[in-house]
Amino acid sequence: MYRSHVLVCGGTGCNSSGSQTIMKTLQSEIEKVGLEEEVAVVQTGCHGLCALGPIMLIYPEGTFYSMVKNEDVSEIVSEHLLKGRPVSRLVYSETSKDGKVKPLSETTFYKKQHRIALRNCGVIDPENIDEYIGRNGYEALGKVLTAMTPDDVIKNILDSGLRGRGGAGFPTGRKWSLAKDLVKGGQKYVCCNADEGDPGAFMDRSVLEGDPHVVLEAMTIAGYAIGASQGYIYVRAEYPIAVTRLNIAIEQARNYGLLGKNIFESGFDFDIELRLGAGAFVCGEETALMTSIEGKRGEPRPRPPFPAEKGLFQKPTILNNVETYANVPQIILNGADWFKSMGTEKSKGTKVFALGGKVMNTGLVEIPMGTTLREVVEEIGGGIPNGKKFKAAQTGGPSGGCIPQEHFDIEIDYENLLSIGSMMGSGGLIVMDEDNCMVDIAKFFLGFTVEESCGKCTPCRIGTKRMYEILDKITKGQGTMEDLDKLEKLCYHIKENSLCGLGQTAPNPVLSTLHYFKDEYLAHVVDKKCPAGVCKDLLTFVIDPDKCIGCTLCAKVCPAGAITGSLKQLHVINPDICVKCGACMEKCKKGAISKR
Amino acid sequence: MGSQKKTVPFAGTKEQEAALLKMIAECKDEKGALMPILQKAQDIYGYLPREVQTIIAREMEVPLEKVYGVVTFYSQFSLYPKGRYKVSVCLGTACYVKGAGNIFDELQVLLGIEDGGCTEDGKFSLESCRCIGACGLAPVLMINDDVYGRLSINELSGILAKYE
Repeated sequence: MYRSHVLVCGGTGCNSSGSQTIMKTLQSEIEKVGLEEEVAVVQTGCHGLCALGPIMLIYPEGTFYSMVKNEDVSEIVSEHLLKGRPVSRLVYSETSKDGKVKPLSETTFYKKQHRIALRNCGVIDPENIDEYIGRNGYEALGKVLTAMTPDDVIKNILDSGLRGRGGAGFPTGRKWSLAKDLVKGGQKYVCCNADEGDPGAFMDRSVLEGDPHVVLEAMTIAGYAIGASQGYIYVRAEYPIAVTRLNIAIEQARNYGLLGKNIFESGFDFDIELRLGAGAFVCGEETALMTSIEGKRGEPRPRPPFPAEKGLFQKPTILNNVETYANVPQIILNGADWFKSMGTEKSKGTKVFALGGKVMNTGLVEIPMGTTLREVVEEIGGGIPNGKKFKAAQTGGPSGGCIPQEHFDIEIDYENLLSIGSMMGSGGLIVMDEDNCMVDIAKFFLGFTVEESCGKCTPCRIGTKRMYEILDKITKGQGTMEDLDKLEKLCYHIKENSLCGLGQTAPNPVLSTLHYFKDEYLAHVVDKKCPAGVCKDLLTFVIDPDKCIGCTLCAKVCPAGAITGSLKQLHVINPDICVKCGACMEKCKKGAISKR
Repeated sequence: MGSQKKTVPFAGTKEQEAALLKMIAECKDEKGALMPILQKAQDIYGYLPREVQTIIAREMEVPLEKVYGVVTFYSQFSLYPKGRYKVSVCLGTACYVKGAGNIFDELQVLLGIEDGGCTEDGKFSLESCRCIGACGLAPVLMINDDVYGRLSINELSGILAKYE
């Protein structure tokens, strides 16, 4: 028995800010003071509060250390673990009140969250199957295989109202029932879409890294429900930690007899293989993903036939997203009514959002459907940094739209987001402030689509390129009013005529910004100005003669040699040479440089 | 396979070829084996030049054109060698709204190469990537496996200097 457990976050965010080194130092410091028999160090998945990483939690006290540095570790060991005195300067201020520990569930970041898909992330060691089992892991699979028929399972999922968390929101139970009944018997496949391609979304990554077994368990349940014996997880190669942990999890599950032949002695066989993506966004589309697993160019196929009839290797197949699967075991254990009790009329349960951009608490949040955008950004997210003003929230990635201030109180669910020109998508939620130019953002997304369009159908391949060119023209101050009309017409044309979801939704970022931020487009086209100060061709950098003290810092940092002036003399920027990188503005201590 | 980019001649070793042939023999009977084989081949050689693709096509008994079609479809497969230090700048949305575009521009100036290019001494190659899932630390760049987050333009030359 250990008297203390130290949980170190090993999610991607904390990993990137050095949690691996911290783990090693921690272990060696603990050994140095001879506490290795009393204190256990556990590497967990993501806690969600990436902005404050690296994160370390010490139980049983529940002390939450944030932004821990390697240099702090020996102090934590000698003070906290050895002497029982928490290092107060490192304690996340929200978790302490009058010297006492306040539970995490009462902090503003966690208070309104409800964790179902993320319930084990940050709590268990993802590389240890026993910890997953200790949290009721594989209990749902046991129940399904020993006490439920495939029809019971499907009815349960159908009744719960669970809908696909990958973006489109198709009812999961219906997908399963089609795959079970359209074709009776024969080889079928269960696939997991872990090709999380939306830039700015990383919830699937966190589930795979923090709780890989939940995906394996749910896929096995799905296999039993539709009558499949083989599963494939298609995961992005950009997620090396997720790949490693999934491989470990598959191995452990096989050793425990939870994957393979005759699971729970029920006579049911199921096994799972990993397939790695190779950097193609379109492979997040279901038919393209299956084509890619087949080892071909990942181009989408026309539907029908739908995958439930002819999917992977032309066999009936279901494909669900990681987060969707993460809900399944809990629904089986707690019942459809429990799940249905959360959320809105048509969207049940919770949704995980990756909160990013101009917001204080960047990270992962899981909220009940129906929570308002304002609650997510202002309360959970802690508002906008540097006293700036909120301009828009972008959901749905390259398929979604920008939501303006006027819809700040919208209750988040599938239908509501669609009704205001955006969509749920996989759950990226990027906050933008007054310094972000909406025309530039639209161009950014179109640039993404142009690169990622697979080229199979003409509207998407050529249409998005033409849209990008028009947007580029506008951001350079060469746009005309006719261009705006043409842009809008192209949007509708591409939406109606593209083969797959990528093309059909590609115009959304443009349509939503044209709708809500027309004035910004007009400023670029008519006044040749970029109100947010982003579009470089429309800006000039100038030095205020009253503020410049001639310190020469700006001239030194300028990569183009565009700034002239000698020590203690007024400096001047030559606009013909200036590359508008903004380095001088960042460097100037007197705030003498501004862009117009 | 015409190419406009400057590149070095293929210099594969006997050991690499033996490893490639062994790996293909092990994998080729799996369903949909081409992708995993290409990924492992790229691990062996660092990239997938025509010479390597030809071996794969021959061993798998598929036309070279099919192999080439798959290689050029996916952005992670490279026809050209990368630098010893691979600099990739995240241009995902969260990083972009926090100024990753400027970071990328500045790196092109500092290294004197464009997106996808490699410095003449073979040291640095530069590419943009779409979201590595570290959005909480935006803007982010990676040099090989090292991640640098919460970046500002002024830090860049110092970071590159670590690899001098």
